[in-house]
Amino acid sequence: MKDAFGMPQSLLVLGGTSEIALATARRLIARRTRTVWLAGRPSPALEQAAAHLRTLGPDVHTLPFDALDPESHEAVLGKVFAEGDVDVVLLAFGVLGDQATDEREPVNAVRVAQTNYTGAVSAGLVSARALQAQGHGSLVVLSSVAGERARRSNFIYGSSKAGLDAFAQGLGDALHGTGVHVMVVRPGFVRSRMTEGLEEAPLATTPEAVATAIETGLRRRSEMVWVPGALRVVMSALRHAPRSVFRRLPI
Amino acid sequence: MPGKPGGPVAPDTTVPVTGWGRTAPTAARLIRPRTYQEAADAVRNCGARGGIARGLGRAYGDAAQNAGGAVLDMTALDRIHAIDADGGTVLCDAGVSLHRLMEVLLPLGWFVPVTPGTRQVTVGGAIGADIHGKNHHVSGSFSRHVLSFELLTADGHVRTVSRGTPLFDATVGGMGLTGVILTATVRLLPVETSYMSVDTERAADLDDLLTRLTETDHRYRYSVAWIDLLARGPATGRAVLTRGDHAPLEALGPRTRAGRAPLAFRPRSLPPAPDLVPGGLLGRTTVGLFNELWYRKAPRASTGRLQRVSAFFHPLDGVPHWNRVYGRAGFVQYQFAVGHGQEDTLRRIVARISERRCPSFLAVLKRFGDADPGWLSFPVPGWTLALDIPAALPGLAALLDELDEEVAAAGGRVYLAKDSRLRPELLTAMYPRLAEFRALRAELDPHGVFVSDLSRRLGL
Ligand SMILES: Cc1cc2nc3c(=O)[nH]c(=O)nc-3n(C[C@H](O)[C@H](O)[C@H](O)COP(=O)(O)OP(=O)(O)OC[C@H]3O[C@@H](n4cnc5c(N)ncnc54)[C@H](O)[C@@H]3O)c2cc1C
Ligand SMILES: NC(=O)c1ccc[n+]([C@@H]2O[C@H](COP(=O)([O-])OP(=O)(O)OC[C@H]3O[C@@H](n4cnc5c(N)ncnc54)[C@H](OP(=O)(O)O)[C@@H]3O)[C@@H](O)[C@H]2O)c1
Repeated sequence: MKDAFGMPQSLLVLGGTSEIALATARRLIARRTRTVWLAGRPSPALEQAAAHLRTLGPDVHTLPFDALDPESHEAVLGKVFAEGDVDVVLLAFGVLGDQATDEREPVNAVRVAQTNYTGAVSAGLVSARALQAQGHGSLVVLSSVAGERARRSNFIYGSSKAGLDAFAQGLGDALHGTGVHVMVVRPGFVRSRMTEGLEEAPLATTPEAVATAIETGLRRRSEMVWVPGALRVVMSALRHAPRSVFRRLPI
Repeated sequence: MPGKPGGPVAPDTTVPVTGWGRTAPTAARLIRPRTYQEAADAVRNCGARGGIARGLGRAYGDAAQNAGGAVLDMTALDRIHAIDADGGTVLCDAGVSLHRLMEVLLPLGWFVPVTPGTRQVTVGGAIGADIHGKNHHVSGSFSRHVLSFELLTADGHVRTVSRGTPLFDATVGGMGLTGVILTATVRLLPVETSYMSVDTERAADLDDLLTRLTETDHRYRYSVAWIDLLARGPATGRAVLTRGDHAPLEALGPRTRAGRAPLAFRPRSLPPAPDLVPGGLLGRTTVGLFNELWYRKAPRASTGRLQRVSAFFHPLDGVPHWNRVYGRAGFVQYQFAVGHGQEDTLRRIVARISERRCPSFLAVLKRFGDADPGWLSFPVPGWTLALDIPAALPGLAALLDELDEEVAAAGGRVYLAKDSRLRPELLTAMYPRLAEFRALRAELDPHGVFVSDLSRRLGL
């Protein structure tokens, strides 16, 4: 159960090697989390992540989970919920893709969309139903500022996050009053494996900062969290910029 | 379900439920049995996620919640069956509130044996949490005055449970986890009037306060101190002590309004607190100012002042839904007890809270008397401190964890009826009889029918 400060005792991460998710797990373990499920594509990295978290005290389990295989989600996630309540589900999987290549290779682009959007629709709905049955819990969805308004430079990723973001907000409304809370997290540029080698955007931040924002958001039962918080203002200005101007912005 | 559960709720609606602190809402099927049979049916059919009894929802945390399962709102079972006006006992349903008992009993010259800081609790909740009042140092906790009760257990049967049995001691303070109390027989206190004769004095700091309480508490049936936790430096722990007893008839004076109706029960009520209050309202400055005014307003010393029962025991009941002033994030109440001889722990904790400048309205300090046998009953002979803090206060979670460590190290405990955030690992140290409690539950309720968010969170 979550405590009065929204701190979970059990955590299920979808995308178990995500740097942002692992930073969040470390933070929650330091508070109340004693059981962690890392769901992801089987790999040494996944096992290493689990081994590292174990040194911090909790029971950590790994399980195979592929966003691109929605048919399996019901069974895979069902097993976790059958073991006991899950207080927080952190939906962290996602791929950035490579805009230039993906524009030339539509099949690649579709994989970005399928991972970030349809994979999340499936895993999100499956998790939501299980959370609703237990009558409590939070679904934390890692969206992105890139979804707020798709940019020329990464509109394939951006559009997939826009879909995810809209889906998660709608799901949050659907679950209002059911005891289940959906929190959409919109980080800006985060220095992680995903952005390695890319040129940093302004207001770049760290996985730890996202983790802190998630902890605060859980405490406040926020529905939308921007990281860093200043991005909310920046993005609201950008969203209203005329198309002709926006198109030519160097972002 | 903030506020009153008593509304016209259709049977079996799933609704969000919280405790009085309005933190951690979870959804449950709310069932409002109107007969004992309906209650028994609800227990038999409560499903995989079990059920828990709920009274008026005045526990601050998650004791009367059950995510995904059933919550049995007991307030429709509210009949007073028999009053023995000579012997001073009452037999009533568990859903009867202490407010209702006062309304009925005071005119007959009887008073409830123990009352908490609000009248809006049920007899079931009073037993489930084994509540204490300002008279604990004299009268013990609520269970000391309970002669017997009827308990609906996991098998759907009703057992009569008498004092001195393991089931009695597990149920009083057992937070609803042994079963659903249906009725109880409670011993009452004779009174001549519905007024209190009250002495007030100020204590300049914590040591002054502890000395006064230690030396003179035995002279009063009721005693409590309100501490200003925002006062710092030499004033740390400054407090106002109010102590008293039921006023005898001759104290009223025959020609006064009080004297003409000595046993009238007339609580006053103000309009409810608004639902949405800007978050800044309860900042340090506001709270500090309030505490300052309140300290200054108290007489340095006054004796024999007459107060209505409601004003003396339940000042907050005058403002319905006052819990809303803490806004959306809600608030936590932290209440712990440490034994005699652990005054240093108490001093350290008071100093730490003061240093951290928690915007806490007046905190309550009280000296506990002898403990009662309830296995999870909270009071231990010594000191108890209770304070409200807005849950949104940054750093609060960590601060309270640190205070828990101090409390546990001193052999003390936190009060489960108020808890919403304790680290489960500390529970066995705080409640040494927990193992017996678990063993009894395992035998009486092998399928785990009775479950609450509290029991899940703490592994009770
Ligand atoms: C303003 C205020 C002041 C307070 N002051 C004090 C105080 O001075 N001293 C003190 O001890 N407490 C105090 N409390 C706490 C309160 O007295 C307890 O939490 C009490 O249990 C609330 O009773 P309730 O009927 O609202 O029960 P709920 O809050 O609904 O339930 C509390 C517990 O009792 C169990 N329960 C309720 N009914 C039954 C039943 N029929 N059968 C079995 N179990 C049942 C529930 O399962 C739950 O575990 C205060 C609370 C408030 C809001
Ligand atoms: N980094 C940023 O700048 C940034 C900004 C905004 C939002 N976000 C979002 O935050 C989330 C986490 O990102 P991060 O920075 O922590 O990056 P990361 O470390 O690269 O994490 C991405 C995760 O997604 C997993 N994944 C990818 N495809 C998957 C699939 N088909 N099935 C299952 N898992 C899959 C990866 O697992 P593998 O180990 O199997 O590859 C990895 O665990 C992502 O959704 C990302 O879009 C990131």
